[in-house]
Parts: sequence; structure tokens; C-alpha cells
Amino acid sequence: MKLYFQRAIKDIRDNVFLTGVTVTTIALSILIAAAFALFFTNTQNVINVWQQDIRMMVYLNPDLSQAARLDTKFRLEAIAGVREAVYISKTHAMKQLKSQMQHHSALLDSLKKNPLPDAFEVSLNVSARNSSDLQSVAESIESLNTVNEVEYGRQWIQRFNGLINLFSLAGYAIGGLFFLATVFIIANTIRLMLYSRRDEIEIMRLVGATDRFIKIPFYLGGMLQGATGTLIGLGVLFFGFLSITAHFQQSVNSNLLELSFFSPTVCLAIFTGGILVGWLGCLVSLTQFMKE
Amino acid sequence: MTESLSNDAIIRMFHVQKRYGVKCALQDISLDIYKNDYLFITGPSGAGKTTLLRLLYLGETGSQGQIVVDGMNLSRMNKKRIPRLRRKFGIIFQDYKLIPAKTVYENVALVLEASGCKQRLVLKKANSVLRAVGMADRMRALPASLSGGEQQRVAVARAMVGDPKIILADEPTGSLDEASSSVIINFLDSLHSRGTTVIIATHDKQLLRKSNARVIQLREGRIWKTHINPDG
Ligand SMILES: Nc1ncnc2c1ncn2[C@@H]1O[C@H](COP(=O)(O)OP(=O)(O)OP(=O)(O)O)[C@@H](O)[C@H]1O
Ligand SMILES: [Mg+2]
Repeated sequence: MKLYFQRAIKDIRDNVFLTGVTVTTIALSILIAAAFALFFTNTQNVINVWQQDIRMMVYLNPDLSQAARLDTKFRLEAIAGVREAVYISKTHAMKQLKSQMQHHSALLDSLKKNPLPDAFEVSLNVSARNSSDLQSVAESIESLNTVNEVEYGRQWIQRFNGLINLFSLAGYAIGGLFFLATVFIIANTIRLMLYSRRDEIEIMRLVGATDRFIKIPFYLGGMLQGATGTLIGLGVLFFGFLSITAHFQQSVNSNLLELSFFSPTVCLAIFTGGILVGWLGCLVSLTQFMKE
Repeated sequence: MTESLSNDAIIRMFHVQKRYGVKCALQDISLDIYKNDYLFITGPSGAGKTTLLRLLYLGETGSQGQIVVDGMNLSRMNKKRIPRLRRKFGIIFQDYKLIPAKTVYENVALVLEASGCKQRLVLKKANSVLRAVGMADRMRALPASLSGGEQQRVAVARAMVGDPKIILADEPTGSLDEASSSVIINFLDSLHSRGTTVIIATHDKQLLRKSNARVIQLREGRIWKTHINPDG
């Protein structure tokens, strides 16, 4: 194995230019695809954070007794997906409204009767936060006979989820395309290398070398190039990411936009993917070349 | 049945024919070559000497007939076994076929590495054959920096380093002066005396006089004459 590695290293040294081109290509492909993935995962994260704030306002029928209110609270909290229901009386709601309107609160003072309904603010469990679950929770709440109306940003959430799905679809498509393109490019550079050395390969065969013996260094070389390219691509992305987040954190409220890089597991997966790309490129060109 | 009759035949050819397009390079060649034979194949240029050697190690496939080498039937052999066939041979090519990008040492060591030898054994054997052919001091040189005779000696070293059963030599003295030729011939003789089967394609008159050797003359792709040189 050590011998194969030495030969692979020597091949790379003898073909610095070709190797450089290949590694750069891999690095660029990884950089672009990974940048997209990073953008995507971060948007997803941000949305998850926002979704944690999803509450429902449950407006009650007017003039309920205290017992009916309490009963409603129990019933609300018994619904699957609901974490907590907090009672907000209409007087409390009016106070809040007044403090929000400040200068115009005199307007409200002129009202003879408080027109606001009593309400519950319902917060949800994490598991119930995607849009179809939200809808079913809302429906079960609406079916309670003490409830007048449920309000939540349903459409907004649905639209956002649709956008996210579109994003991830585009992400997979772009990732797949780059994967293929990279395999293709590696296959071609390896093919160039093979052609430039076909006499040598022919001689090796004549003196009794097996195809395996001839191929292994090329495979190692391809995988090494894949690994190097991926490391460079990820490295560049990481530093780009650092400078962007440093910029962001100054200007934007950092709680709202908590950006994060790939987890070590994902990095490892991308790295493995890069090696796989190198290996596949070799497979394509070598099976073709060795048949001749 | 035929196997038992030819116990000591290491190579058998039955009515072998080789065509290139419409041109017949070899026709109706039937020939037994025995273990530890010293065999010359001669004939004018274009007679088919190189072609005959190439058929033996499957550098070409025959068009008709059968060839058996050391128990391997070449006409119905799996491609995967070609390397194994070729390791039975040590081949000295007419044009040497040294790898230009590899040093003298690497060229020789390659044969052993390809057959899976341990690195220490490779070092030892390659060094010892290079010393034997007098090229030990040029081990790190690239083939292009060597003279024709030196390259020929490296080619001999590479052919013998794997202890092959059969040596094939195509014009081993082709472009050499008399001194260099006799160096090469001495190697081939010493390999033969160690039990190796030696097959040489040549039109070198000097070589062909070797005592006890069998000489096969080709003409236009056919075996024209066969004789054995008298005892020296
Ligand atoms: N690859 C090929 N394609 C077509 N014809 C070939 C090929 N190789 C050899 N021949 C022809 O086959 C014939 C025998 O060639 P071969 O090389 O065996 O001759 P030779 O006896 O070795 O000659 P020399 O003494 O010049 O080396 C020649 O007429 C040659 O032109
Ligand atoms: Mg010839």
C-alpha cells in the first residue's frame, strides 16, 4: 500500500498542472454547492426560530361565566399540540392596547363599552409547528362551543413552507448537477493523464503487471485530489462565512439571525462526498481506458 | 493424450496462423519448444520473427491454430490471466521498451513490484541483477541518458529479475558492437545453464553459430528449415 501511495504521489508531482486544474475545479464545485447548502440550512434555522414564536389567539364568545372560562382552558390544554393557554381578559387587552397607542389613548377612553373579546393566548409544542398540524389544532379549537374565532398567521406560514420546499428542491438539483459535473471533469483529467502515459501502461502490462496494480495509484490520486479539493472548497467557504457573519452580527439583531456553519458531521459527509467524487471520476475513465 | 507425449515441451504451437488484414505474417507454424531449449528463430526481415514471439506472450492473438505455454492454452484463456502468462517470460524487446519516466532501478524493480514482492526483496534482487549486468552505478539514471548498449543491458536485467521460466529476446544484439553483444550473450548463456528456456529472434550470423542450439529459419511466414548446430 505504501508503494501505491508513493506512485500516486509521484504521478501527482509529475502532473502538477493537471492536478492543479482538477483540484481547483473540485474546490470550486464544492464551494458553490456547499455555499448553497449553507444558505439553505441557515434559512431553515431562522424559520425554525420564528416558528417557535407561533401562537394562536383564541377569541371567546362574549359573556362567559368564570366556570365556562376555566372549562375552556382545560379543554384547550387537552388538545394535542397545545402547550399552554394563557387567559387574557378584555380589560387587560384594553390596557395593553392603550399603552401601545399612547397619544391616541384618549380615543379609546371615549368608548362606553369595551369592545374587545376575552381571549386565550395558546402556545404550541415544537412538534405541532408545521403548517398542516397547525391547521388541525386550529380546527379542534374552533370546534369548542365557547370559542368564537381562532387567529394565526396560517397563510404566511404556508407560503413560507412552500418557498423552503422549493429551495431545498433547487438545492438538491444544483448539488446533483455539480456532483455530475465534477465527476465528469475528474474523469477527463484522469483520462488525459492516462493518455499521456499509455506507453508506460502498455509496458507495465507487457512485463506482467495486473490491471489492479496499474489502476490503484490512479484511484488513490483521484481520491487524494477529491479530498484536497474538498478541503480547500470548505476552507474558503468557512472563512467567507466567518467574515460575513462578523459583518452581519454588527448590523442585525443577532438573536433573530443566528447563523451557523455546517456541523462537524455534515463537514465530514461533504469531505467523504469529495473523495467519492474523485473515486468515481477514476472509475469512469479507467474502465473506459483499460478496455482498449 | 498428447500431454504425456510432450512432458518436457514448455511451448507447443499447432498450425498457427497470424493475419494482418489480408496479409499473412505467419502461416501453418507447428513447433514444440522444450524446457531448457536454446532456440534461435531467424530469417530475413519481415519473415515473421517478432510476430511469432508476440503470439507467445499474447502481445498479439493468433488468427488460427493453438498455442499452449506451460500448460496455459492461449486461445481460450481468460483475459484476467494474461499477467500470469507474461510473468512466465522475461522479454527483451527489439526496441528495449524501457519506461522513459522511470529510473533504471525503477524500471527493473517494477517487474517485482507488479508480482507483489516485498519491498526488501525487490531492493535486493534489483540491485543484484543490475550489478550483474554492470549497471549498478547508473541505477538513478533515466533511460534517455544511457547509450544503446547500456539500455540493452538494463533490458536484460529487467527480463531476468523475475526469474522467468522462458527468456524471449528479439534482436538482443541488433545495434550493439561486438563487445557489448558478447556481454549480452554471456548473460543469456548463463541463464540457459541455470535451466531457463532461451528463445532468440535474430539474424546475427555470429550468434547463430552457437553450438548445440536449435535454429529455425522462417521465410515469408513459414518454417522453412530447422537444424541443430553441431556440438562445439
Ligand atoms: N501490427 C501490424 N500490422 C500489420 N502488419 C504487421 C504488423 N506487425 C507486423 N506486420 C507485418 O508482418 C510481417 C512480419 O513482421 P515481423 O515484425 O514479425 O517481422 P520480423 O521477422 O520481426 O522482421 P525484422 O527482422 O525486420 O524485425 C511483416 O510483413 C510486417 O509488415
Ligand atoms: Mg522483428
